[in-house]
Amino acid sequence: MHDEVPGTVLSEGGPWGGSGGNDGEDKKKWGAARPGNAGPSALDALIRRGRARFGGGGDGGEPGEHHFGGLWRWALLALILLWIATTATHTIGLQERGVVTRFGKYVGTLGPGLNWTLPAPIDLVTKVDVDNIHVTDIDTGADGASGENLVLTGDENIIDLAYSVRWSKRDPDLFLFELQDPEQTIKEVAESAMREAIARVTLDQAIGAQRSQIQQEVAQRAQEILDSYHAGVVIQGVTIKQAGPPSEVMEAFKEVSAAQQDAQSYINNARAYATQVTAAAEGETAKFDAVYAQYKLAPEVTRRRMYYETMERVLAKTDKTIVEPRNVVPYIVPPAKVAQPQEPAK
Amino acid sequence: MSLLDAVRRNPLLWLGAALVIVALALSSLVIVPETKQAVVIRFGQPNRILNVYDPREGFGNTGAGLAIKIPFFEQLVWVDKRVLDLDMPQQGVLSTDQYRLEVDAFARYRIVNPVRMYATVGSDSRVGDALKPILGSALRNELGKRPFAIMLSPERDVVMTNIKVGLERVASQYGVEIVDVRIKRADLPDGSPLESAFNRMKSARQQQALSIRAEGQRQAQVIKGNAVAAAAKTYADSFGKDPAFYDFYRAMQSYQITFGTDDTAPHGSSTILLSPDNDYLRQFMGRKQGQ
Repeated sequence: MHDEVPGTVLSEGGPWGGSGGNDGEDKKKWGAARPGNAGPSALDALIRRGRARFGGGGDGGEPGEHHFGGLWRWALLALILLWIATTATHTIGLQERGVVTRFGKYVGTLGPGLNWTLPAPIDLVTKVDVDNIHVTDIDTGADGASGENLVLTGDENIIDLAYSVRWSKRDPDLFLFELQDPEQTIKEVAESAMREAIARVTLDQAIGAQRSQIQQEVAQRAQEILDSYHAGVVIQGVTIKQAGPPSEVMEAFKEVSAAQQDAQSYINNARAYATQVTAAAEGETAKFDAVYAQYKLAPEVTRRRMYYETMERVLAKTDKTIVEPRNVVPYIVPPAKVAQPQEPAK
Repeated sequence: MSLLDAVRRNPLLWLGAALVIVALALSSLVIVPETKQAVVIRFGQPNRILNVYDPREGFGNTGAGLAIKIPFFEQLVWVDKRVLDLDMPQQGVLSTDQYRLEVDAFARYRIVNPVRMYATVGSDSRVGDALKPILGSALRNELGKRPFAIMLSPERDVVMTNIKVGLERVASQYGVEIVDVRIKRADLPDGSPLESAFNRMKSARQQQALSIRAEGQRQAQVIKGNAVAAAAKTYADSFGKDPAFYDFYRAMQSYQITFGTDDTAPHGSSTILLSPDNDYLRQFMGRKQGQ
């Protein structure tokens, strides 16, 4: 140690930048306790001289020398160890990566676990959360204040759209060094891609059938654009939370669904009527067929039986007059005498 | 040990010298981060660039890290090396078919020639201000010669590429490379254009509602008609087997209904005048006529 005097002088320059106060304290004690000694470094000598010049401190005893000298070194060593322990070891979580820069230059990425680097001013580690999925919501208008995010569709209609983009950091180094404002960029790219996609479809497709297709398209497109920026970001997905007509035209859209309900009810009523008509026809013809089957077995008898039964019922309930003169036209004519056929069944 | 002796003889002087050495060392060393480029200015003239952007190099092979400059004679101008944002405020654009559009666009750019940038605008924060009006006019120029519908078609990409080319031409004078230009929004402005669009949507929907109802009614009629036709066929198939018997059968039913014997109550009362010739009274007359 005694031989390294110039080196020590220089190395003492370090603590001035870092931890000055404590060292000064140590030096004072040390100097007071061990004056008149050759000292282990030039600085010691300097301090001792300084103290001597200002008349401070008497000559102390020799016995403390080795003890205090050891303490001075141990303290320095402990400080260095502490420095290394706090700035040279890095615990990287399972979902994290550590981007190491040496004097500002990227030298590598640390994986999860305990990692060593050079201590602080030389190597710096920036932890980047790579597993965490960030969600960016896009649901307000251009000024951010109006409640609706109005988007033009391909058929020049306007819809109100709210969606969110899920993304995570894929390449920590690119994410840190490549873009000025990655999050803003992701938002703007997603917005551009979404409006592009909506501009390709009609209003009905956008608010209905093609939603999932649009989501995929936008995620893919946004990924392409971000890759072209080397953003180091991966788009996990795009979710359309809401896609519908703006509130100004909501009534008219409700009118359409009311009309759909109405149309369906017209059809349902018609179906009910159809069932009724068909069932009636089937019932009536089944009855006729049954009677006809019997009639065919004994036509004459059945015919007369039916005739008399009917007459019985009809005449039993009405007033009857039998008129002798032959010129009275009878009201009831037996069917056999009817010349013209009945109207066809409806 | 002569140095040690020298130090011992005049420690304050040596301390001062050491301090000066350290200060010189510190001011001649530069830490250049990955995200920055630095133009070294010597006597007011750009001398060299530290960590200049090169598209081929990856992180780790760049010029970042420790660099040396001459203290006092050389100054550094820091220039951002990253892709920078240029957000243009909303612009009103008039398309060829006289649609007014509110267009919101953004560009992404990178300073690839820091020296030229330094010579033209002085610092990287002023580049955006210089580019904004240029982007605006490139946008207006491009969209102003196209119909509104272009914004809603795949040709949108062409428009963006053209704007990028237009902007790039000017941007290169500032030592800037345009990474991308994108139209974020192209909206109808608030007020009457938006109102009339809404009205158009409303009337289209109302018309749709009308035609949906009409279509429902049409289908209902078709269903009813088909059912009646099917019923008629059923009747015809059944009754047609023996029209004469059907005539008799139906007449019997009809009499019962007409004279209210089927437990319905017809209006009015009936009086029947029967001629003795009536077939019903044949037996009543004691077979006078014979059959």
